[in-house]
Amino acid sequence: MMVVLWTDALLWLVFALGLGYGLYAARRPHLRAPWRRVVRSRTALAAAVVLAAYAVVGLLDSIHLRAGPRDQGPYAGEVVSLLDRLLTPLRVHQEKTYAAPFALHLYARETVQGPDGRPLRTWPRLRWAPEGVDEAHKAGHILRLALKGVLWGLMAWLAFWGLLAAALARVRRATFGGTARRLVRGGDPVPWPTLLGTAALVLVVAGVLAAWAPHYHVLGTDKVGEDVLYQALKSVRTGIVIGTLTTLVMLPAAILLGIAAGYFRGWVDDVIQYVYTTLSSIPGVLLIAAAVLMLQIYMSNHPGEFDSLVRRADLRLLFLCLILGITSWTTLCRLLRGETLKLRDQDYVQAAHAFGVAHFTIIARHILPNVLHIVLITLVLDFSGLVLAEAVLSYVNIGVDPTMNSWGNMINGARLELAREPMVWWSLAAAFLFMFGLVLAANLLSDVVQAAFDPRTRGARR
Amino acid sequence: MTAPALVVRDLSVSVGGSRVVDGVDLEVAAGETFALLGESGCGKSMTALALMRLLPPGGRVRSGSVRLDGEELLDLPEYAMRGVRGGRLGMIFQEPQTSLNPVLRVGDQIAEAARLHDPAADPRRRAVELLAAVGIPDPERRVREFPHQLSGGMKQRVMIAMALAGRPRLLIADEPTTALDVTIQAQVLDLLADLRRETGMAMMLITHDLGVVAESAGRLAIMYAGQILESAPVGAFFAAPAHPYGRMLLAALPTGERRGGHLAAIEGRVPSPDEALQGCRFAPRCPQAEARCHRQPPDWHPVGPGHRVRCHLWAQGGHGAHVDVPVAKGPGAEEGAAAPLLETQGLQVHFPIRKGLLKRVVGRVRAVDGIDLHLDAGRTLALVGESGCGKTTCGKALLQLIRPTGGRVLYRGRDLAALSGRALRPFRRELQIVFQDPFAAMNPRMLVGDIVAEGLVAQGLAKDRAERRARVAELLERVGIAPEAAARYPHEFSGGQRQRICIARALAVEPRLIVCDEPTSALDVSVQAQILNLLHDLQTGLGLAYLFITHDISVVAYLAHEVAVMYLGRIVERGRVEAVLAAPLHPYTRALLSAVPEPDPASRRQRIHLEGDMPSPADPPGGCHFHPRCPEADARCAREYPPLRTLSSGRVVACHHVPDG
Amino acid sequence: MSAYLLRRVLYAIPILIGVNLLTFVLFFVVNSPDDMARMHLGVKRVTPAAIEEWKRERGYDRPLLYNERGEGLARFTDTIFFQKSLALFRFDFGTSDSGRDIGYDISQRMWPSLAIAVPTLLVGLALNVTLALTLVFFRATYVDFWGLVGLVALMSISGLFYIIGGQYLVGKLLHLVPISGYDTGLAAAKFLILPVVVGVVSGIGSGGRWYRTLFLEEVGKDYVRTARAKGLGEARVMFGHVFRNALIPILTGVVVILPLLFMGSLIVESFFGIPGLGSYTIDAIQRQDFAIVRAMVFLGSVLYILGLILTDISYTLVDPRVRLE
Repeated sequence: MMVVLWTDALLWLVFALGLGYGLYAARRPHLRAPWRRVVRSRTALAAAVVLAAYAVVGLLDSIHLRAGPRDQGPYAGEVVSLLDRLLTPLRVHQEKTYAAPFALHLYARETVQGPDGRPLRTWPRLRWAPEGVDEAHKAGHILRLALKGVLWGLMAWLAFWGLLAAALARVRRATFGGTARRLVRGGDPVPWPTLLGTAALVLVVAGVLAAWAPHYHVLGTDKVGEDVLYQALKSVRTGIVIGTLTTLVMLPAAILLGIAAGYFRGWVDDVIQYVYTTLSSIPGVLLIAAAVLMLQIYMSNHPGEFDSLVRRADLRLLFLCLILGITSWTTLCRLLRGETLKLRDQDYVQAAHAFGVAHFTIIARHILPNVLHIVLITLVLDFSGLVLAEAVLSYVNIGVDPTMNSWGNMINGARLELAREPMVWWSLAAAFLFMFGLVLAANLLSDVVQAAFDPRTRGARR
Repeated sequence: MTAPALVVRDLSVSVGGSRVVDGVDLEVAAGETFALLGESGCGKSMTALALMRLLPPGGRVRSGSVRLDGEELLDLPEYAMRGVRGGRLGMIFQEPQTSLNPVLRVGDQIAEAARLHDPAADPRRRAVELLAAVGIPDPERRVREFPHQLSGGMKQRVMIAMALAGRPRLLIADEPTTALDVTIQAQVLDLLADLRRETGMAMMLITHDLGVVAESAGRLAIMYAGQILESAPVGAFFAAPAHPYGRMLLAALPTGERRGGHLAAIEGRVPSPDEALQGCRFAPRCPQAEARCHRQPPDWHPVGPGHRVRCHLWAQGGHGAHVDVPVAKGPGAEEGAAAPLLETQGLQVHFPIRKGLLKRVVGRVRAVDGIDLHLDAGRTLALVGESGCGKTTCGKALLQLIRPTGGRVLYRGRDLAALSGRALRPFRRELQIVFQDPFAAMNPRMLVGDIVAEGLVAQGLAKDRAERRARVAELLERVGIAPEAAARYPHEFSGGQRQRICIARALAVEPRLIVCDEPTSALDVSVQAQILNLLHDLQTGLGLAYLFITHDISVVAYLAHEVAVMYLGRIVERGRVEAVLAAPLHPYTRALLSAVPEPDPASRRQRIHLEGDMPSPADPPGGCHFHPRCPEADARCAREYPPLRTLSSGRVVACHHVPDG
Repeated sequence: MSAYLLRRVLYAIPILIGVNLLTFVLFFVVNSPDDMARMHLGVKRVTPAAIEEWKRERGYDRPLLYNERGEGLARFTDTIFFQKSLALFRFDFGTSDSGRDIGYDISQRMWPSLAIAVPTLLVGLALNVTLALTLVFFRATYVDFWGLVGLVALMSISGLFYIIGGQYLVGKLLHLVPISGYDTGLAAAKFLILPVVVGVVSGIGSGGRWYRTLFLEEVGKDYVRTARAKGLGEARVMFGHVFRNALIPILTGVVVILPLLFMGSLIVESFFGIPGLGSYTIDAIQRQDFAIVRAMVFLGSVLYILGLILTDISYTLVDPRVRLE
C-alpha cells in the first residue's frame, strides 16, 4: 500500500517541474542556447551523470509503502521505501556492533562460550558473514563477486548505450549502427564519450556494490551493527530533499516580493526591504536553532499528533527545509529586486507602457522571463551549500530528526570514533565519500550553468 | 610624401578562428593624419589593436608585417614591445568613460606613463604639463581628481595626455569622438590637429564618420569586411570616390538637398567574418556587381596620384557608373493645417533631489523646464540638442511615460497630463514611440510576432488570433520585413532590421504621432539611410506626424519641417528648418551648427568654439543658461533669462542679442 | 555623510524592533513558558507547583503583553515582553536559565572568539587573494583550470571534515599541538594554532574561487587595455590596476562580517573546546537555554546592522566614486 509523505510528494513535484522546465526550455531558443553550452561541457556532462545516479537513489527512496503482513522480519507493518525493498539484505543484515568493511568477524573482542564450554575472549563471527568463507578464501570470494558485479555493470551499460543510440538515431533519422559508433568515438558537439564513460563508471561501481552487498558489509557496520553502506545510501534522499525543497519552498515568496519591490518601488519597496533586512539580520544558525527548538518542544508536548515515527521525522525534515528557506530567500529576493529595477527602465517595458499594457501583464511577459535565469542560477548554486549545511546543523542537533538517516547524523554519531582505540574510520569515510561525490558534482555543474546563463560572466570566459 | 612612419603589409588577424582583418596594407607618413574609415564590424579597431599587439584573448596575427620607423613590431619580444607601446606608438580609445581607471587619480595615471617612457623628467611635473597641453584649465588641481569628477570631453583629453606622455611618433585614435557631443567633438578634433602640428607626430584616425574624415584627415582608406577597398587623398575621394561602396556611402548621407527624396541605402548587411567569400567582399550588396565580382577577388587599380581602388569595374573603365537615386518628391503635408495635433504649454519635468536626515527635497533637476511646442498632423518637428539637455525626457513626458510635474500636454485639445492611467489608455493608441537602441527595445524572450502584436492585444484591436496574425504579417511587410519573421526571435536580426520591427510595433495601433527618440544614431550610415527612407515613406503614405529627437543636424536637414533647439531643459530657438539651418540666430544654434563636421573638405567653414561643457540641469547658471559658454554674452545675459520672442519672420528665439524684426 | 549615517542608525531601530517581535513570538507565543518549563523539568517531575516555581525563578511568571493586575505603567512594564524582550535594547541581557549573568558571560567569552576569528580572517584573506591573483595571472592555461578544479573540490568538502581531519592529522598522528582546550594569556597560542589553520584551510575553496571571479571580471575591463597600451608590464597591470579595483568588493565583503567575528565560529569553537561565544551559543542551544539564545539573536542582529553601516563607510574610503548622500 502506498504511503505518501509530504517530502515524497514535493520531491516528485520537483522532478515533474524539472521535466516541465526541460520541455519548456527545449522550445525556446534563448533557453536552449545556454543549455546547449552546458551540455557541450565535458565537466558538466560527467557531473550530471553522477547527479542523475544520486537522483535515482533519492527518488527510489521517495516512494513509500507500508509493508504488508506477509513481510517477515522486524519491519513487518513498517513504512518502507522502494529503495528499502531493493536493499533488503542490507537493511536486515544487522550485526551486534562495529564490524570493519569486508570483515567476517566483529571488530571488538567479546567473551563467548568456547566449544569446550569455557569462556573465550575472541572476535565472534558475524551473524551475516558469508557461509563457508573463511579468512583464507575471503580475497578470492570478494574478487569473484567483483567480477560478477563488473559483468552486471557492463551489461547495464550496454543496454544504456543501445537505448541512447536508438533514441538519438530516431531523433536524427540516422542509422542505429552509425549513431552508436558516433556515441563512443565522439565527433559530435556534445561529448557523448564523456557521458558514456561516466555512465560506465557509475554502472560498474553500482554493479560491484550490488554483487558484494548481500554477502559483506562493504563499508562496515556502526555501533549498533547497522550497515554503513545502507545508511549512506538512505542519506542521499535527505541531502537531496534539503538541497532542492528548501529553494523550492522559498521560491514563490522570493519571486513575488522581489519583483514587486523592484517594479512598484515606493512604499511597497520600503516594506519588502524592511522585511528582508530584518530577517537577514538575524544570524541564520540562531534563527534555525530557535525555530527547531520550538518545534521540538511542540512535538514533545503534542506526541499524539504524529501517527508514526516516519511521519514525525518527515515533518521535521519539511519544517527544516522551510526554516532554512526563510533564512535564505532574502538573498534571492534582493537579487530579483535589483534586476527588476534595471528591467523596468528598459525600452521594451517603456514600449509596453506606451501601449497601455496592464502592470500584471508587463510583469508576466517582460519582467519574469528575464529574471528566471537568476532563479535558476540560485537554485543550482544553493543546492550544494544546503547539503553541506544539513551536516553542520545535524551535528549541532538542530538538523533532521535523529532517527532519520543523514550524513550529518552519521558524522555526529561517529565523530568520537576516530579517538577510539582501535580507530573506527568507516562511518566517517562513507559519509565523506557520498557527500563529497554529490556536492562536487553539484558544484561542477553549477559552475558551468552559471557561466552559461549569467550574461556578465559569458564574455569573461573563453 | 615624407618617409612613412608606419608601414603595414598584408596584415591578417583572426579572432576565435574567424578572419576579421584580411591582408591589409597601410602606410602612414610622418606628420600626416591618415583616416581608416569603415562601418561597425569591418575590422578597423582590430587592425589598430593588432598594431599595438593588444588583441583580445583568442585573437592573433596570422600573417603580415608592421614596421614603425623601419622596425618590425611583430617580431619584437614582449618586453621590447612594451617600450614601443605608449612610447613611440600611442593609442586612445572610443569610450573615455570606461578607459580610465576609476580608482586612480588622473595625475597618477598620466605620471605612470611618463615614468615609463620619459624617465629623465619629474613625472608629476610632466603630468601637469601634459594636462595643460591638452587644454585642461587649472591642471594643478585636476591632476589630483578622479576620472568620475571629469566630464566626457575632459576624460578624452586626459586619455590624449596619457598617450602624449611617451612623445609618440604615431598616435592611433580609435573613434576618439564617437561618444562625445558635437561641440565637444569639435574641441577634441581641434586639439588633436593642433597637437599634430606642434609635435609633428603622425595620426591614424579610426572612424565611421565621413564628416570627421573630411575635416581632419589628409588621406583615407575605406575598410569593408576586413579588407581595404579604396585608399585616396581626402580631397580626391570626396570629389570622386572610385569604389561603388564609397560612392554609396556618400550618397547615403542625409542632407538638406536630398529632402523629400530617397537616400541611397545599401541593401543587405555587412557579411559576418566567418562567412567564406570568394570574390569581392562588397559584391553581394553592390548594385553593379557582375558575375566575376562574385567569383574572383579584384586587384588594386590606380585611379590618380595616391588614389587606388580594388574593383573589377574600375579596370573596365566603369568609373562612369554612378549611383542612381530616384528623387521623388512626396506629397508631404502642407503647412497651416487647422488645429495643431499636439501642443505643449510650459511643459515641466523636475526630478527632486533629496538630502539630509529626513530626505527633504533640497533642489530639483530641471530636466525639462517650461517647454512650448506644437506639431501639426503629418509633419515632422525635430527636437535638437546635446546629451543631457532633456530632449529624451521631453519625448517621454509627451507620452506620459514620465509624468510631467507642470504644464500641459494637449493632444487635439485634451490635456493628457491631467488624465489618470485608465482614462489615458485610449490615447495610447494615438501616440507611439520608437527608441534609440533597437537591441534594448525588444524583449529578447518574445517572438517577433508577439512583440509586434503587443499593442493590438493591449488595445483590443484584433478580434481573434487569425486576424492578429494577418495584421502582424501586413505590418511587417509594410516595413520591409518578410512576414515569416514573426516566428523568430529578435536576436536573429541585425540592428536595422530590428529598428524596422520596432517601427512596425508602433504602427500596429495606427498612431497619429510617433516620437522617434534618436532612431538612427545607433546604426551605420548605410542602414540609417534605409530607416530614414522608411520613415519618410510612412509619413507620406499614412500622414503620420513625427517628433524627431536627435543630435544629428544632417538628419534634421533631411527629414524635418520644423526644428526646436534645446539647451539645458529649455528651447532656445524654434522655426522652420530651412530658415534655422541657413541662418541660425541664437549663438548656441550657431555654434552647434558650425561644430557639425561636413562631409565636404572643400567647404571649410569658420568654426565657432564653445568652451567648457554643458552645466548640470540640477544647478543651471543664473541669467541665460548659455551665458558662461556664449562668445557674445554680456552683463545682462548673466543677470536675466532672455524671454522667448517671436520675430516677424515667425522665428522664435530666446536671446538678448537678437534684434527684433 | 553624517546625516546619511544618522539615518542608517535610526533605520536600525525598526529593524531591531522587528527582530525583537519575531523572537518574542517564537519564544513565548508559539510555546508558552509553561511548555518550556514542562520540557525542562522532564516528564517525571511535572507538577503544577514545580512549573510555577520554575517560572518564578526565571521571571516568566508575568503575563505576556499586558498585566491587568499592575497599576499605571506597570501594566505594560511588568510583562514578559517588556522585561525580557525590550530590556535587550539596553543591552540588559538578564540571567540565563541556569542563573548566570549573560552580559558578564558575553564580555568574558568574546575574547577567545576574537583570538580565533581575527587571525583566521587575516591569514585567510592574504592566502586567498594571493591564490586568486596567481590563478588570474595564469588565466586560460592549465594552471588556472586545475587550480579552479582544486578549489571547487576543496569547497565541496564539509567543514566538519576539515576539523575532524585536522584534529586527527595534526593532533593525533603528529602530536604537534593539543587537540582541544584553552588557556589564558600567551599560553593560549598553542591552542589557537589548529583552529586557525583549520579555519583558513576550510575557507580556501570558496574564498579563492570568489576572488578569482572578481579579478577575472576586472581583467576584462577597458581601463586594463589602456594600462597595457601605456606599455605597462603584466605585473604592474595586475597589482597597480586590477588589484586596486578588485579590492573594493573584497574589502567591503570583509568589512560586512567584521562585527560578526565577535560571535565566533559555532562549530570550530565547540570542536576545539574554545570557551568563546560560539561554543557558548552551541551549549545554550543544546541545553535549550532560551535566555541565552534570545540574547545572542539580538546581539547578532545589532552586529549585522553595524556591519552594514561599516560597509557603507568603507565604500567611501576605498572607492572615490561613492559619496554617501
